Amino acid sequence: MSAVTTSFPNTAAGWQLPSRGKVAMAGLIIAESAIFTIFVVAYLFYLGKSITGPTPGEVLETPIFYTICLLSSSLTIHMAAKCLARGIGFAFLGFWLLTIALGGLFLYGTAEEWHRLIYEHGLTISTNLFGTTYYSLVGLHGFHVTAGLVMLLTVAVLGLCGRIGIKQSGHIEVLSMYWHFVDAVWVVVFTVVYVLGR
Amino acid sequence: MSSNAITIPGTQIQARPWVDELHQWVTTVDHKRLGILYILSALLFLVIGGVEALVMRIQLMHAQNNFVSPQVFNRMFTMHGTTMIFFVAMPVLFGFANYLVPLMIGARDMAFPRLNAFSFWLSFLGGLLLYFSFVGGSGLYGAGNAPDVGWWSYAPLGARAFSPGHSSDYWTLALLVSGFGSIGTAINIIATVLCLRCPGMKISRMPLLVWLNLVMAGMVLIAVTPLSAAQIMLLIDRYLGGHFFDTQAGGSAVLWMHFFWIFGHPEVYILIIPSFAFMSEIIPVFSRKPIFGYPVMVGATVCIAFVSMSVWAHHMFTIGMNSYANSFFAITTMAVGVPTGIKIFNWIGTMWGGRIQFKTPMLFSIAFLFQFLVAGLTGIIQSSAPVDWQLSLSYFVVAHFHYVIVGGILFALFAAFYYWYPKMTGRMLSERLGKWHFWLFLIGFHLTFDVMHIPGVLGMPRRIYTYEPGRGWDTLNLIISIGAFIQAIAILVFVANLVISYFKGARAGNDPWDAWTLEWSISSPPPAYNFATVPTVASRRPLWDLKHPEDPDSRYE
Repeated sequence: MSAVTTSFPNTAAGWQLPSRGKVAMAGLIIAESAIFTIFVVAYLFYLGKSITGPTPGEVLETPIFYTICLLSSSLTIHMAAKCLARGIGFAFLGFWLLTIALGGLFLYGTAEEWHRLIYEHGLTISTNLFGTTYYSLVGLHGFHVTAGLVMLLTVAVLGLCGRIGIKQSGHIEVLSMYWHFVDAVWVVVFTVVYVLGR
Repeated sequence: MSSNAITIPGTQIQARPWVDELHQWVTTVDHKRLGILYILSALLFLVIGGVEALVMRIQLMHAQNNFVSPQVFNRMFTMHGTTMIFFVAMPVLFGFANYLVPLMIGARDMAFPRLNAFSFWLSFLGGLLLYFSFVGGSGLYGAGNAPDVGWWSYAPLGARAFSPGHSSDYWTLALLVSGFGSIGTAINIIATVLCLRCPGMKISRMPLLVWLNLVMAGMVLIAVTPLSAAQIMLLIDRYLGGHFFDTQAGGSAVLWMHFFWIFGHPEVYILIIPSFAFMSEIIPVFSRKPIFGYPVMVGATVCIAFVSMSVWAHHMFTIGMNSYANSFFAITTMAVGVPTGIKIFNWIGTMWGGRIQFKTPMLFSIAFLFQFLVAGLTGIIQSSAPVDWQLSLSYFVVAHFHYVIVGGILFALFAAFYYWYPKMTGRMLSERLGKWHFWLFLIGFHLTFDVMHIPGVLGMPRRIYTYEPGRGWDTLNLIISIGAFIQAIAILVFVANLVISYFKGARAGNDPWDAWTLEWSISSPPPAYNFATVPTVASRRPLWDLKHPEDPDSRYE
C-alpha cells in the first residue's frame, strides 16, 4: 500500500524546538512594527507642514499619568504570567485584573484627550495634516490597546470560571508578549508625538 | 479539479457525492489541499490576467487601433498588474510553500492549520473583491468601474477627486485584505520552519527550498506591511477626509511613492526568492549532483533580503531626489547584483560536471538561468540614475520587469509544476506536451520581451493606449503582439497537459526523479497525515542516505 511511509532509524534524543506560539507572536510583532514605522515616519515627515492650525505645540498636553498607567501594566502582566507559571492562580488573577484596569485607564486617558481636542480645539482628522497624522498614529496604537484588552478580558472571564491553570502558562506568555509590544510602541509614540513633536 | 484529487490510492471504498467532496475542500485545513487551492486560484487569475494582457496587445498591434477605448485600456493595465502580482504570483508561490515546506521538513502540517485556511480565503476573496469592481465599482457616481490608475495608484490619482466612485476603494480593500492573508501565511511559514522540523533536521540541514521560503516569509513581514499601512492611509484620505497624500493641504504625493516602493521593490525579491528555491531543488536533481555551495547560497539569499530593503527609490529617480539619494540608491541597486550573481554561479557550478538530464523541469530551469541573467543585466543598466532618466516609464522598463517576472519567476514556476505535479497528483505530466509547452513558450517569450526593449529605447512610453504611425514602432509592436499570442497558445498546451495527465498520465510512484528530499519518501499523492512515522535525518539529503547506506552524506557533514 502506498500509504506506508519510509521511516528513518536512530531518532535523535533531546530534539528541542522553539514554541510555535512565541515564534508566531514574534513574527506578528515584527510585522506590526513595520506598520507602526510607516505611520511614525508619516508623522515626523509632516511635522510643521500643516497649512492651518492648530499645531501640536498649541493643543497637546503630555499625558504623563496615563503613560505611567500603561507602562506599569507591562510589569503587572509580567507578574501575572510569572505567578501562573508557578501555579499561584489567585495572584495571577489579581495581577491580570490590575493589568486590565491599567489598560482601561490608559484608554480612558486617550478618550479624554480626544474629547478635549475635538470639542475645545476643533481638531479632527480632517482639520489639517497634524490632525490626520496624530489621530491615525495614536488611533492605531489605541486600536491595538483595545484589541489587547479584548483578549485580556477573554482570559479574565476564563480565569474567573477557573479555566486558566498552569497548563495555559505558555499561551498567557504569548499574550503578554503582545501586551509588552503595545507598551513598547507607546514609548515610541509618546516620544514622537509629545516630546519631539512639540 | 476532479472530485477525488487527493484521496489515498487504495483506501477509498467508493466515491463520495461531489457536494460532500466540495464541502471537504472548502472547509479543509490540510496544508496540501490549501496549497493546491492556492495554486488553482492563482491559475484562474493567471488566465484572467493573461486575457487582459492580450487585450492590450491587440490594441497596440498597429498604430491608431480602436479595439478598446482609452478608458478600458487604463483598466486593463491596472488590473493586469494588480492581478498578476497579488493574485497570481504571490498565491502560487505561497501554494508551493504550503505544500512543500511541511513535507520537506518531515512535519504533519503547518504550525497553524486554521490560520493557514484563513489566510488562503482572505487572499482568494481579496481577488474576488478586486474583480467585483467591474460590477460594483461605479457606485453612486456612475464614473468608470474597475480601477484604472495603474497598479501603483500614484497620488493624487488615488484621491477622491481623480478616482470618483468606488473603483479605487475595491483596489485598496482587495490589497489590504490579501495583504493580511500574506502576513498570516508568512507567520505560519516561519513558525512551521522554526518549530516543526523533524529530529535531526538542523537549520543547517534544511533543504534550500525551506531556507529560501523562510527568508521570503521574513521579507513579507517587513515589506508587505508598509503597503497595508499606506492603504490604511489612503482609506483615511478617501473616507475620513484625511490629508496624507493631499498636496493642497500640505500633504505629499512623493510620500505615497516612497511607501509604495518600500513595499514594491522587496516584493520583487519576495517573488524571486521562492523561484530561486525551486531552482536550488530542481537543478541538483537533474544534474545528479548535490547543490554547489549550500552555505553560500543561504548567505547570498539572506544578503539579497537585506540589501533589497534599501533599493526602493531606484523606482523614483525621475521624481527629482537630491544627488545623495540618487547615488545611494544606485549603489545599493548595483550591490544587490553581487549576491544574485553568486547564486547564478552556484547553479552553474552544480551543473558543471554533472550528468544532466534534459527533462522538462530542467529545460525550464536552464532557460531560467539565461533569462534571469539578462533580466538582471538590464536591471543593472537602469540602476544608473542618468540612464534611468532616459529609460524610465518607457517600454524598456516594461520589458525589463517582464523579463524578471515571466522569464525568471514564471519559468521557475513551470519547472516547479513539472517537477512536483507527480507528487501532488500521483501522475506524471506528459513529456511530449511539456516539450511543446516549453519551446512554444520560449519562442513566444523571446519574441515578445526581447523585442519590447527596442521601442522603449526608441522612446515609446508605457501605458499609452495607441501611437502615431511612422515612428518606427509599428512592426516591433506587431511582433510583440504575435509573441504574446504564441505564449497564450503555450499556456493552453500547459493547461491541457495538466488536465490530460491528471487522468491519463503515467503513474508516478513515490520518487519518479530519484530525488533526495523527504517529500519523495512518501506516496504520491501523500496521505493526509504525511509521514506514518516521524522521520529522522542525518544529512542534507536524507533520501540519498537511505538509498546509499554504504556511502551516506552524513559521513561527510
